[in-house]
Amino acid sequence: MEAGYTQHISAQYNRELDALKNHLMAMGGLVEKHVAQAVGALVRGDTGVAQRILDDDSSVDAMEVSIDEQCARILARRQPAASDLRLVIAIGKLNTDLERIGDEAAKIARQAIQLSASGGRGAPGVAEVHRLGERVCEMLRVALDALARLDAEPALAVVREEEVADLEYGAALRGMVAQMHQEPGQIDRLLNVIWALRALERVGDHARNIAEYVIYLVVGRDVRHLEASEVAAQLQGD
Amino acid sequence: MLKRGAAPPSWSMAGEGPASRPAPGAADLADTGAEAVCLRAEGLNLYLGEAQRVLCDIDLAVPRNRITALIGPSGCGKTTLLRCFNRMNELLDGCRLEGRVLIDGEDIYRRGIDLPQLRRRVGMVFQKPNPFPKSVYDNVAYGLRIQGIRSRRILDEVVERSLVAAALWDEVKDRLGDSALTLSGGQQQRLVIARTIAVEPEVLLLDEPASALDPLSTLKIEELIYHLKERYTIVIVTHNMQQAARVSDYTAFMHLGRVVEFDDTAALFTNPSLKQTEDYITGRYG
Repeated sequence: MEAGYTQHISAQYNRELDALKNHLMAMGGLVEKHVAQAVGALVRGDTGVAQRILDDDSSVDAMEVSIDEQCARILARRQPAASDLRLVIAIGKLNTDLERIGDEAAKIARQAIQLSASGGRGAPGVAEVHRLGERVCEMLRVALDALARLDAEPALAVVREEEVADLEYGAALRGMVAQMHQEPGQIDRLLNVIWALRALERVGDHARNIAEYVIYLVVGRDVRHLEASEVAAQLQGD
Repeated sequence: MLKRGAAPPSWSMAGEGPASRPAPGAADLADTGAEAVCLRAEGLNLYLGEAQRVLCDIDLAVPRNRITALIGPSGCGKTTLLRCFNRMNELLDGCRLEGRVLIDGEDIYRRGIDLPQLRRRVGMVFQKPNPFPKSVYDNVAYGLRIQGIRSRRILDEVVERSLVAAALWDEVKDRLGDSALTLSGGQQQRLVIARTIAVEPEVLLLDEPASALDPLSTLKIEELIYHLKERYTIVIVTHNMQQAARVSDYTAFMHLGRVVEFDDTAALFTNPSLKQTEDYITGRYG
């Protein structure tokens, strides 16, 4: 058990909450791996890895169902309160975000397979996928670390970074459209790239959601639907 | 790839509560916002004998027509505080009290106050149903008869109205002459509540009113309490935290004779300000 953990009188309740947290973190680790591998597969044209991600997406789905069941069981049997209640509620929400991240990783893997089938590596736009991919993978890593350590500071950094990622996505998109004008023959391939970029942008959104739930868990304050600057003001203010 | 998947998240900050909300101290009377205050304890200290201080510097504002729950571990003083509100503690040997208890601004500990009148204004229901060994009707009419009311018409009216308000009328209307002791535990407790509200109190003090009842009777009592707040100000002591969370509008968490935290019930049960409260309501108290 981690230092500083305050035990419940009911050891069984402790074990149930621990199991739930561990389960969620394991799922986080898995989808994080899928996103990074999917970007790598697209950049390197590695269809084997891409196919494995697609095959493995069902285990993400199974984890989602199982975590939801655990949440419902704890709510029904333990009637959690205060931080325990916030934890179970947040995990129920985080679970959905993680499952969606898994879906986005699968989408990127699908684009990787199609790109590879339509001919070779080094196609236009791959550098952009690589760059945005690194950014959102880092965001996801920081968000999940913040969740593991329950630290609001890095969570706030993720919220800020998501706004940067959005700008980068917009710029990359404009670049792809310009290329379509120049090289109409590449439109199919460029569309695959755009789908991959779009999926990465969504992963960034989900990473931000995770960060927002971390802030909710730590300070008990709902910071959804706010600008990064407003979130920062909420954390520092009052 | 990351190994974090297997590492349990530290939950070490769990008990810290929000850093953002100002922590209400024991002396904090606010948080009830614009609510009208019915009952107020000010600087209340209660001693049993010379050495034992049972209540320490209690400041509490109980809003009118709301349900306020007192929760806390055994021996924290919640029942003692409840009994201060109708001067029941004076029946204990060596009991000494400092500070004031105000009802509608009137100090109930002032000299010359009419005690029977005070206890009519502030009705009390105990953990164990205590119907008198009389008929259902006579139980409810008891307080009125003590007041000298003899009119059968008035008594009938009040008995019916009180039993209806206590959600018992339908179950006993055909057996008003039966002994109250033939009723079930849950019915007896509702009868006692009917007897209490028959004399039109202003405040209802409920000391663990459902702890001796089965779950369904408990839910009936809770439903009843919810409806009673339209007419009365209610203070309930309960060991059952879920019950406090279900029925009350405000909750005071007490520990070692002090009010540690007092807040809106929803806020206190989702986001308490103090770690001590957090530990108690999440079951980490030990």
